[in-house]
Amino acid sequence: MTDLTAIRLTVNGQVREGRCETRKLLVDFLREDLGLTGTHVGCEHGLCGACTVLVNGEAARSCLMLAVQANDAELLTIEGLSQDGKLHPLQEAFHEHHGLQCGFCTPGMLLTALDLLQTIPRPSAAEIRQGLSAVLCRCTGYQGIVKAVEAAAVRLRSSP
Amino acid sequence: MKPARFDYHRPASLEEAITLLTRYGGEAKLLAGGQSLMPLMNFRLARPTALIDLNGIASLAYIREDDGHLRFGAMTRQRTIEFSPLVRRRLPLLAEATALVGHLPIRTRGTIGGSIAHADPSAEYPALLTALDGTVVARGPRGERTLRASELFESYLTTTLGPDEMLVEVRLPTMPDGAGFAFEEFSRRHGDFAIVGIAAMLVVQEERCTAARLVTAGVGPVPTRLRQAEEILEHEGYSAAAIEAAARRAGELVEPDTDIHASAAYRRNLTRVLTGRALRRAVARMIGR
Repeated sequence: MTDLTAIRLTVNGQVREGRCETRKLLVDFLREDLGLTGTHVGCEHGLCGACTVLVNGEAARSCLMLAVQANDAELLTIEGLSQDGKLHPLQEAFHEHHGLQCGFCTPGMLLTALDLLQTIPRPSAAEIRQGLSAVLCRCTGYQGIVKAVEAAAVRLRSSP
Repeated sequence: MKPARFDYHRPASLEEAITLLTRYGGEAKLLAGGQSLMPLMNFRLARPTALIDLNGIASLAYIREDDGHLRFGAMTRQRTIEFSPLVRRRLPLLAEATALVGHLPIRTRGTIGGSIAHADPSAEYPALLTALDGTVVARGPRGERTLRASELFESYLTTTLGPDEMLVEVRLPTMPDGAGFAFEEFSRRHGDFAIVGIAAMLVVQEERCTAARLVTAGVGPVPTRLRQAEEILEHEGYSAAAIEAAARRAGELVEPDTDIHASAAYRRNLTRVLTGRALRRAVARMIGR
């Protein structure tokens, strides 16, 4: 039997613990061990961005991190984006501007957009497009997503 | 796909990491940002016996200014470099090129040492190390040595680092104030590896171009300095005609390969076009100051 390593981390504000093989990817740990299946597994080599989560406040591919590397880290996944049943301004904007179709890329898209707006609060249109190119969407053609992020940027700047 | 089994080590010090590296005698891989190694392991194209995770060694992440150089700890994240005011001031070419490394979520984890040690000739940092005439410090059980880019890069994904050696620091001479610079690259999608990339720097004193640097990414097994094209600028200056001549010469100098992404002829043409663009932008910046 393979040895299991204990992991303790904070996910969406809650301390979570688990035990897994050291080779287990963070995205699989989130989905299989913690039951947080909102983070999607796409390409498994860092290209598609579907599995993007925030690690200590910054977007990262959870398929390119081992779960053991997230020990002691603070994570934000899609499950933690809405607060008390109220959608995050980014989620509202995606809803209003039709920023999704099938929804597979959406969790990664939202967390990538959140990191982008936290890093560059007043992004230009080019910066938004460049930032969103980190996540592949095959449905929308990105137009709705770009509009949603533009709208959310304004809303987030005016909210306290 | 998922990685095959490996022994996992997370040393807290550099000494411990090198002891582990020596013990595994080439069967272990160093895990820095993991943005190249993890995909290879997920697809089982790499199956190291052991992983030595460097993310627990805090002393390997720093940016320090020191005697005309910026010194970067090998584990300094690309994202940190991208937003560092010191880098923007002293090495604006590095700041510009860093924004082209993958995407922001990749740069969150990716490191300067990992990118250079990985030695992908299409990547930005190996070309930057060459263009800025920097050095890397490698440490092994027998001590440290310093290598220039030409002494480090051997071929595609291959360096002269020994199996028990580790890249611990990158030293880049700061750019002269007012130098013109630009990093141009062409890729099918933003964030992809460049089909061709060109790093350009121009130093001008009293209207004379005293030093020019032109380095390619993506057109051969290692980043290449285009010395004969640089000489055209150093002799003829930076007029539109001189830039055109240097760009043409650049296209002639490279010996690109044909692969699935582009033919050799296409890469040669891109080298000419991007060299011209990079130089024009470098000059515009210089004049605009």
